[in-house]
Amino acid sequence: MIAPQFNTEMEFFMDPQRCIGCHACEMACAECETNGQLPMITVDYVKRATSPQTVMQICMHCEDPACAKVCPADAIVKDEFGVVMSANTSRCVGCSNCVLACPFGVPKKIELSDLMMKCNMCYDRTSVGKRPMCATVCPSGALWYGTREKLERLRPNSTPINTFVFGKQEVKTKVHYMMPKGSTKLVVD
Amino acid sequence: MARPPVSEERLAADFGPHLNYAPPEGVPGREEPDDIVETHCCFCGMQCGIKLLVKENRVVGFEPWEEFPFNEGRLCPKGVQRYLQDNHPDRLTRPLEGRAGEGFVPVGWEHALDRTVREIRRIQEQYGRQAFGMLSGVSLTNEKSYLVGKFARVALQTPNLDYNGRLCMVSAGAGNKKAFGMDRACNPWSDMTHAEVIMICGANVSETFPTLTHWVWTGRDNGAKLIVVDPRLTPIARTADLHLAIRPGRDSALYSAILRELIVHDWLDHDFIAQHTSGFEAASEAVQDYTLEWAETVTGIPASKIAQAAEWWGAAKTSFLCHARGIEHQTKGVENVSACINLVLATGRIGRPYCGYGTITGQGNGQGGREHGHKTDQLPGNRDIENPEDRRFIADIWGIPEPELPHSGYTAYELLEAIHRGEIKGLLSICFNPVVSLPNNNMVREALDKLEFYACIDFFLSETARHADIVLAGSLQEEEDGTVTTAEGRVVRIRAAVRPPGEARRDTAILLELARRLGAGDKFAYETSEDIFNELRRASRGSRADYFGITYEKVEKNMGIFWPCPDLDHPGTPRLWEDHQFRTPDQRAHFVPVKYHDPGEVTDDEFDVILTTGRVVSQYLSGTQTRRIGRLVDQYPEPLLELHPALARRKKIAERELVRVVTRRGSAIFPAQIVETIREDTVFIPYHWPGKKSVNMLTSGHLDPVSKIPEFKVSACRLEPTGQQAPPPSETQAWQAT
Repeated sequence: MIAPQFNTEMEFFMDPQRCIGCHACEMACAECETNGQLPMITVDYVKRATSPQTVMQICMHCEDPACAKVCPADAIVKDEFGVVMSANTSRCVGCSNCVLACPFGVPKKIELSDLMMKCNMCYDRTSVGKRPMCATVCPSGALWYGTREKLERLRPNSTPINTFVFGKQEVKTKVHYMMPKGSTKLVVD
Repeated sequence: MARPPVSEERLAADFGPHLNYAPPEGVPGREEPDDIVETHCCFCGMQCGIKLLVKENRVVGFEPWEEFPFNEGRLCPKGVQRYLQDNHPDRLTRPLEGRAGEGFVPVGWEHALDRTVREIRRIQEQYGRQAFGMLSGVSLTNEKSYLVGKFARVALQTPNLDYNGRLCMVSAGAGNKKAFGMDRACNPWSDMTHAEVIMICGANVSETFPTLTHWVWTGRDNGAKLIVVDPRLTPIARTADLHLAIRPGRDSALYSAILRELIVHDWLDHDFIAQHTSGFEAASEAVQDYTLEWAETVTGIPASKIAQAAEWWGAAKTSFLCHARGIEHQTKGVENVSACINLVLATGRIGRPYCGYGTITGQGNGQGGREHGHKTDQLPGNRDIENPEDRRFIADIWGIPEPELPHSGYTAYELLEAIHRGEIKGLLSICFNPVVSLPNNNMVREALDKLEFYACIDFFLSETARHADIVLAGSLQEEEDGTVTTAEGRVVRIRAAVRPPGEARRDTAILLELARRLGAGDKFAYETSEDIFNELRRASRGSRADYFGITYEKVEKNMGIFWPCPDLDHPGTPRLWEDHQFRTPDQRAHFVPVKYHDPGEVTDDEFDVILTTGRVVSQYLSGTQTRRIGRLVDQYPEPLLELHPALARRKKIAERELVRVVTRRGSAIFPAQIVETIREDTVFIPYHWPGKKSVNMLTSGHLDPVSKIPEFKVSACRLEPTGQQAPPPSETQAWQAT
């Protein structure tokens, strides 16, 4: 196996405010040969009756991933670059613990194969220096992959945060959310 | 009689639309392609760069082309899925002949071409040259657009050639020529980057030009205020600082009231007006009575919001105004465009960095295709077919006596009307599906039925092609070399990634062979697409769309060249008017006085709701290509009737109830989608679908008197709830409705 050339200066940022609901990310994600035409990103309306606002959800790649913690088969691992891998298919028992535990609702149980699948940040692309498919095609910059320095130059009025507060639990992630300038965390009631 | 030879249901079963999905493991060969071809998406005017993966003469996938400067790899869902139009089960691979009662039967090229030429000759001998018409489209490359224009005038010798650009941006073209003497977006989109105000007028940017959203946000990230004028809260309007939810068909009232505000508050660039424009006084006089209060009454937008827009526009130092079909698809489309341009000229914000204006051309080659001569009143280089000097210039290039060059004929909708009246007896079409895309399409179908002979060049059997006597199996965009001109005026290279499958032929080869058989072969002696382009360069030399200095080599080396490019050493012109030398006779930009008038059809007691039409992000134009791609169809499977909850309450309509929508042209049934994101007096239905799901059965044939664009954006309708719930979207099969 060729050693990964993961560029650690490249980071993933998402800004749902910019999402236009076009689904280019989903369709591009599904093209990945390891996904079998299943997208590992979802785009949904928040409430179409009142707004065209859509949001996309990718794996946030938690620093201390709940999905891995609850996995009885140790099928989910985080690698040295902080990427939380999709379940190792030879270990996954299809128990859905990860599906229930993830605070962002990311892992999916694929009924056909009885296995969990989720985003692994396009490891086949990012490990050879390319950008993930979804963030490459996203036409509005709602999904963006690059250096923090470039991002700060491009979006001087926004701040990336990676701390999410769910009740009493604080979750830190590899993927960042764009928030108004000066924000430090996102509190989810 | 050019009627479908068997039932449309049977034709749909045999020729589709059927849905193409990639297999779970991907299209075979994608992992080890023979070739990776840098080209452009076949869909909208953005013409995003994309790489196509090719294996054994098949397009097997795509890869983002991150080096291409406009889109840097970004794509919309149509771009991501566009490769699935290749290897499609519906693809026509042989010529077909329509035989009544039998259907479409494969025939050899010799028979297909021979019969086509015999029928052209017969009809022209019997009824006159003008009795054979041609319809074209601007998804074609510059080379094919030029070739079609020349073919119709030199080989068919008919004046009756027009194109589907007539449904696209002709109002913008006419408005731009009046103001600037030239028809091109004045700036590259990158000029949005430091615009203080971006005003988007009647353009559903994030659904119809998704990759332009990036440039809007680039401006917003740097502090730009965004103003969006649209009857609906579209995804781009959702993020606007100011959304002006205008009543459809009232646009010139809004822009005229804003101009009046600029004048009242003296938010004017007097030096620019004095030195570089003419007609300001007349334009001011025209708007003097258009107060904010009056505009509120007409447009339905609160006066305070109009005042706010005027103040932001007036006070800005830099700005970008762009518009699209929303203001152009009206009987006053040209006036709406002029009213917008007046705002740009009054503030002098043109011809400088981050001071931009332009229409957002819709079709893939909407820009280049409208410059090089398949528009009925126009010759290559955006020359005027009625101008003696232009006629002589082109006649010389084409090697024909000027008197033999036909004059202007019917525009697209008028051409169908002329068929309906029996004036035009024969038709050849390419790249146009008027049965879905023209308004009042019950008339369109009746007209096609009356043709004595109809030949259609296409790669799928479109709803219109079902009427053909002969179908000539042509080529997809990725099967032929050429160039297109993007909506910002950049000429880019389209690559032949693969050869046409089976016995299908390149469009160019079909046209050249028809020309030869019609006895004009010596005028069409081209070996390659580049030969055609080189003739186009000469034909455009010195014109108001000057490509003379553009070569394939230059385009490839620079990833595109912006016209005008008058000589070989010229780098091209991304931003127009930096020298303030406008292409009008007095070299000044012209204000055009605009007096408001109502749309062609207004609501009354019988038809009490405004019907407006538009597009969705997952479909393109009449859907000939995109209604055949599975994921794109799944994303928005059927046309919905968008209406406000207040209107739904008044009409006693429930969510997903089937509602009959009735206009003076016809009626059709759509499921209701009740949303607060539309005006209470307006309903919206997207138009990409055929048959009983086609909203263009309901739209009117009212045309702008100058541009002849149909008024797709405004009709008067009545809503009749049926009391029945619509079946689940997955069961509708709207994509192949008959």
